[in-house]
Amino acid sequence: MKFVDEYRDADKARALAAKIAGLCEPGRQYKFMEVCGGHTHTIYKHGLEDYLPEQVSLVHGPGCPVCVIPMGRVDDAIHIASQPDVIMTSFGDMMRVPGSGGTFFDSNAEGTNIRMVYSPLDSLKIARQNPDKHVVFMAIGFETTAPSTAMTLLRAREEGIENFSVFCNHVTIIPAIKAILDSPDLRLDGFLGPGHVSTVIGCRPYEFIAADYGKPLVVAGFEPLDILQSIYQLLLQLRDGRCEVENQYSRVVPWQGNVVALKAMAETMELRPYFEWRGLGFISHSAMRLRDGFAEFDAERVFSMPGVRVADPKACQCGEVLKGVLKPWECKVFGTACTPETPIGTCMVSPEGACAAYYNFGRFSRQRVKEATGA
Amino acid sequence: MSTERLAPWAEQAMTEHHAAEHGTRGGPGEREQQVLDRIDRARRRKPKVREERITSAHGAGGKATQTLVEAVFLDAFRNSMLEPLGDAAELPVDSARLAMTTDSFVVSPLFFPGGNIGDLAVNGTVNDLAVSGATPRYLSCGFILEEGFEVADLRRIVSSMTAAAEAAGVSLVTGDTKVVGKGSGDGCYLNTTGVGTLDPDRTLGIHTARPGDAVLVSGPVGDHGVTIMLERGELEIDADLESDTAPLHGLCRRLLDDVPGLRAMRDATRGGVATILNEVARAADVSVVVDEDAVPVRAEVRGACELLGIDPLYVACEGRFVAIVDGAEADAALAALRSEPLGREAAVIGHIGDDPPGLVLLKTAFGGTRIVDLLVGDPLPRIC
Repeated sequence: MKFVDEYRDADKARALAAKIAGLCEPGRQYKFMEVCGGHTHTIYKHGLEDYLPEQVSLVHGPGCPVCVIPMGRVDDAIHIASQPDVIMTSFGDMMRVPGSGGTFFDSNAEGTNIRMVYSPLDSLKIARQNPDKHVVFMAIGFETTAPSTAMTLLRAREEGIENFSVFCNHVTIIPAIKAILDSPDLRLDGFLGPGHVSTVIGCRPYEFIAADYGKPLVVAGFEPLDILQSIYQLLLQLRDGRCEVENQYSRVVPWQGNVVALKAMAETMELRPYFEWRGLGFISHSAMRLRDGFAEFDAERVFSMPGVRVADPKACQCGEVLKGVLKPWECKVFGTACTPETPIGTCMVSPEGACAAYYNFGRFSRQRVKEATGA
Repeated sequence: MSTERLAPWAEQAMTEHHAAEHGTRGGPGEREQQVLDRIDRARRRKPKVREERITSAHGAGGKATQTLVEAVFLDAFRNSMLEPLGDAAELPVDSARLAMTTDSFVVSPLFFPGGNIGDLAVNGTVNDLAVSGATPRYLSCGFILEEGFEVADLRRIVSSMTAAAEAAGVSLVTGDTKVVGKGSGDGCYLNTTGVGTLDPDRTLGIHTARPGDAVLVSGPVGDHGVTIMLERGELEIDADLESDTAPLHGLCRRLLDDVPGLRAMRDATRGGVATILNEVARAADVSVVVDEDAVPVRAEVRGACELLGIDPLYVACEGRFVAIVDGAEADAALAALRSEPLGREAAVIGHIGDDPPGLVLLKTAFGGTRIVDLLVGDPLPRIC
């Protein structure tokens, strides 16, 4: 398939892997964090770790927008969906995220009408088709999906649609990266920057990571060769003693970002003083809410919300996994109490979460498999 | 934010977890292996339905379906004919061996490129018999119709059923009609039950798979599932694709006749090829090693799956099956399949190994390795 297979070429991967191995200083361990859940998914789906020398390990970051939604927000969403004449819409991977009483699927079994949409604009279509219902879009995601929510809000106002609102859970990536950088037990040598987020915000917002924290960052694409090349670029920087923000994904990411998208976001949304992230706790200025000018479209103002915080079980070690202190399987409840069917912690929730990716794709001993497959 | 509460389901999972054994010691490699062994034990525990109500995941063919079937149905109905949970049950009747199967059809939309619910209902049941090694003979059909459903549409469905039954050499010998109130059904639901005859001295079964065996598919995977997804019109993607719904009795017969080392066949409907391979790995306590490059997938199917973040290995087919054959007869099996029009694009996609037992491993086209597990529910599109 064009524009896909080129980035999955095994010969090129072998060549890059050799160059990566050549850049590793003997006796030194390298730990890089891939910020984005999409990267985590690619790494496991293609078995990319088989190409990395043992000296290089990847730490899976906080960039899975589904995983970071706290259980209390899921409960709030179900509360809204349980009001009479409400149709709620959200993205597919939200459907299986549990709140304290279960998932959207469970809630639908009890009578709510929560539908999967592929774009927030589809929610507007549903609102037009169902004038006697109120349609609430549960918006989630980083700067990647926020512009499409913003455009939907602008469209709704332009068309004068009155039976539509947004339950806004958009989060921003930079405060989360900063929270990880500020954590005392952190041990990272560099970052693979989130590709899709960067198409919107550009590369400049990462400059403080290199300047203030002394960690190199390479904005990376989502195909396996993109990731290998980005690791190569990080190792090259470390060898040369450089510490910069580089853009490996330049075929998609402009250095300045997408001005139109940023403008639409600024017009409709503003930063919240603080927001709770599953696994990371409360982070200041890390999420967005609708501006006062869009109050009529703000589900948090249209409906009364319980807003009850749901605590993660104490045994859950997602925070440590997210910071790279623990590998997924080192968590005490991994794979037994916490599985993709009953995800106790954030990292097991979405297929992009580190633990879910390891559980679904990587749950075997690489040594045993090498012997079994003769690789 | 003064109030705070706990999630009861999570507390319960933790209690069960603490009741099980715990603690790991040893070097890093050893410790990871201990954790993996612990997970393996947890997965082999008796399945338990945790949900209080049925959700859509229970119908998706993955882990939730398996749990429901084993914990509710098998537990209650248990007998030697049901227990293998094959595509069809084997019934000893005097000296003959009969195969019996049943399937319900609730596809939406009812009409789609390449077929409709009618031929799907006939082919689905014919195929469950055929892959069990039986010659399909008789079919029953139950119609559950919604008030207001158009008779012209019903006629179209019935005429496709007639054509499909004729092609498969089966007779529709009994049936039933029920009408439900408007809003209680989706136009038309069908159930078909089929009876076929088994060869007297041939036993197939996925539990007979052994290391060294070859794994084949009878054609490109995922056509039906992707066609249906696109036809629902939620995606606004157009592709030149048709459902693969087809009767497989001819193809299965050819394999039975030409390949004495045939161990098992399974049609890759709900849950796709990946689910079948997991069933094989579990039933025979072997590993299944699949070469991603070797799995035939049409470009249109791959493209749609890429866009949605879905793996074609999990997408339903209605006219494809997985065959396990003695490794020495892999070439013969491939030749036999390819000699039939429906099997022209058949391929050997992997082999059976012995380690790690119970797991399906995929050698990715990129050159890495990963496992292919059962899905929890329907494959869901990812947001990024």
